[in-house]
Amino acid sequence: MSSTTPQPAVGRSVPRREGADKVAGRTRYTDDIAVQGAWYGKTVRSTLPKGRVRSIALDPAFDWGRVVVVTADDIPGENVVHLIRDDQPVLAPNEGEIRHREEPILLLAAPDRALLDDAAHHIRIEYETAEPVYTLDQATEVFSTIEIRKGEVPEDVEDVEAVVERTFQVGLQEQLYIEPQGAIAIPEPDGAIKVIGSLQCPYYVHRALKRALNLTDEQAIVVQAETGGGFGGKEEYPSIVAIHAALLARKAGRPVRLIYDRHEDLAATTKRHPGVIRHRTGVKKDGTLLFQDIEIVLDGGAYCTLTPVVFSRAAIHAAGAYSCPNVRIQARAAATNTPPNGAFRGFGAPQSLFAAELMVEHVAERLGMSSVDLRRKWMLRVGDTTATGQKLTESVGSELVLDAALKAASTVQPSNRPTVRRGRGLSLVFHGSGFTGSGEKKLQGTIALEALPDGTFRILTASTEIGQGTKTIFCQLAADALGVGLDQVVLAPQDTSLVPDSGPTVASRTAMIVGRLVQDAATALKQRLKREAPPLRVEKAYIQPDSVHWDETTYRGDAYPVYAWACTIVDVDVDTTTGEVHVTDLVTAVDCGKALHPVMAEGQIEGGSLQAVGWATIEEIKVKDGGYQNDRLATYLIPTALDAPRIRTILVENPYSRGPFGAKGIGELPMDGPAPAIIAAIHDATGVWLDEIPATPEKVLAALNGTRETGNGKQS
Amino acid sequence: MTVRFTLNGVPVSIESSGSRRLLDVLREDLGKTGTKEGCGEGECGACSVLIDGEVVDSCLVAVGQVEGRNVLTVEGLAAPNGELSRLQQAFIEHGAAQCGICTPGMLLAAHVLLQRATQPTGDQVREALAGNLCRCTGYTKIIEAVLSCTT
Repeated sequence: MSSTTPQPAVGRSVPRREGADKVAGRTRYTDDIAVQGAWYGKTVRSTLPKGRVRSIALDPAFDWGRVVVVTADDIPGENVVHLIRDDQPVLAPNEGEIRHREEPILLLAAPDRALLDDAAHHIRIEYETAEPVYTLDQATEVFSTIEIRKGEVPEDVEDVEAVVERTFQVGLQEQLYIEPQGAIAIPEPDGAIKVIGSLQCPYYVHRALKRALNLTDEQAIVVQAETGGGFGGKEEYPSIVAIHAALLARKAGRPVRLIYDRHEDLAATTKRHPGVIRHRTGVKKDGTLLFQDIEIVLDGGAYCTLTPVVFSRAAIHAAGAYSCPNVRIQARAAATNTPPNGAFRGFGAPQSLFAAELMVEHVAERLGMSSVDLRRKWMLRVGDTTATGQKLTESVGSELVLDAALKAASTVQPSNRPTVRRGRGLSLVFHGSGFTGSGEKKLQGTIALEALPDGTFRILTASTEIGQGTKTIFCQLAADALGVGLDQVVLAPQDTSLVPDSGPTVASRTAMIVGRLVQDAATALKQRLKREAPPLRVEKAYIQPDSVHWDETTYRGDAYPVYAWACTIVDVDVDTTTGEVHVTDLVTAVDCGKALHPVMAEGQIEGGSLQAVGWATIEEIKVKDGGYQNDRLATYLIPTALDAPRIRTILVENPYSRGPFGAKGIGELPMDGPAPAIIAAIHDATGVWLDEIPATPEKVLAALNGTRETGNGKQS
Repeated sequence: MTVRFTLNGVPVSIESSGSRRLLDVLREDLGKTGTKEGCGEGECGACSVLIDGEVVDSCLVAVGQVEGRNVLTVEGLAAPNGELSRLQQAFIEHGAAQCGICTPGMLLAAHVLLQRATQPTGDQVREALAGNLCRCTGYTKIIEAVLSCTT
């Protein structure tokens, strides 16, 4: 180690570790990796939403000699995609049930793509059809339910001065990472199979491979290639891609590449859960909040995937960033015959916070109060308790972010276009960082740090870089805790044969939970180096502090270690002739605890904010006969540089004692605030309330026309 | 057929059916994997390359169409000695590359803009990048990076 103290790295926006490779075009993503002798793989999927596979026939006139065909009969282990519940098969078995369109039935591999496509046309699958269920009204199968109770919500509201009731709806959303899903499976000696893929959670894929292919820990090797975006979309789905590629490679006895094109990715992979959220809120005339009665129903799609965890987060955030003595939150997730919904940045919280924030607006309107004043009256502060009864003891940034955003937003200028109305909306949200409840305790995420003989240090973690900055931030944390230069710290590849299970790269947990393990390991290693010489290795696993209590059966207690907070102000232009909504400006103040890398923290917030703008305005998936109509990029639109608002981020540092250098997780938080702020801004501009997103031109025009008719006293 | 063109300043000659996508020839025959496939139908711009200085989606171009022309991919933006261009350095410095998958296309679209307008406005930058989708950054830092390269 050098004798001079190096410049601290934490808090500085140092160059991204892999930045030079990315801008030079040298970075190898999954499909960029050439593998000698690899064949191409393809998934043959169901064309009906519900029924049974009656028969699978291979055209005898076709030469199958150069094609590998895999059916459910070729699965050496269990025909289950390992996750929460064992309901999703790897491949629909012969005579087995089909629960959604695009359900995988059969796999093909061939030496070239033309032959592969040709082979797919020579397969005939006969089905027995059954009556599908597409809507939550019709759904009878429930994946799970949650009830959160605090105090007593009155059925009889005689003493309550105002009760406001409203129902909200949110739509499907695609993660739309720009790199589609993909994996390459390579058979190795001794029956091992290595899978290189675009993924967030190497050990999720590892467990799924072991189970479906009947492999030992050592025989399943999962390597994350550089990953072109995830946003939750590469949390659980890559297990399916990896198993499919591995089954093909095993049968072909050679490497197989299974790379989805955009159409397949849009049509078949998981989306954000759509849902319906009903609120009934009781207040006094002075705005005092008396009770919140909330019902949440989310559409899980055909299989369970991560639905119970997604809607758990939705339920816990449903009362919003507010303190209320009496709360009842009843949530359920139901099954429909549409492709399964799954993880997506925010994980249920954007859905329930959308409703919670708009309720503040509706109550304020009813009482004739400013919604900002109402938020100030209601907001959670240190010492208050949340809906689960969690007493907030530190790093509660509600008022800090509200003040910072209000101070930063400039005055709204009216539009100079005659058909355009301009308006402003605001939201205040919180988001729990890390796994819910006992999640981190059960998971015991682990990292290792090595001091190598050449004087360098190596971090071993399964936490992945998906653009958010893991590689850079972990090196910053280790360097400062060790007191060495940033260039002396390296990160081992995310390869399950090398690194311990740090848990998945999800839930705004990587910087805060795993980052703290890196810091603690570095501190411990620094102590050991005073007495011992390299090579040395320190492992750190997460230990839940004794002060954290959570009861999974009653949903009472400390739902999250800490919360991050955001206040977002948006300005919109609404064209009253076309119904188009353009978000022109977005200011967001975020309490991140400590900005470990300010530029990357801003980057997370800006990107998440725009994803939320898209969800609220233009990103729409229409479902027809159980399939998505917007299954191409020509029909599923996301914001371009021209659509994007000017985004201004204010980082508020309000340290959290157990975060690394005070940091809290903020990966998901920016997804929560923009949507309700946009709907409030549309109201400010036009006087109409929408209860449903996306706020497409059709919906905006319908709302505007409704108001005009009512305003004129005409019957519609 | 034999197709001859200039790739990143170097003459190349390949044997290929003229109808193959330029994207596939670049990636599979010529090892230029910096050019990415995001949608395969000209919507996302991840496969952007420059043909005679114009930004095109290489997934929509048949390789036969580039006979005799100049093609520039992201690999050709740095100096021959590997030194990154000012724009590439600005992308790193401003945090304009997150996951990085849209970065090659973004860089090429921005490169053309900066060659044509030395003082582009923020709106002109947005216009120039509108054919390239990014899902990580919200475009803010990409626009900042491009504007920092104005002279």
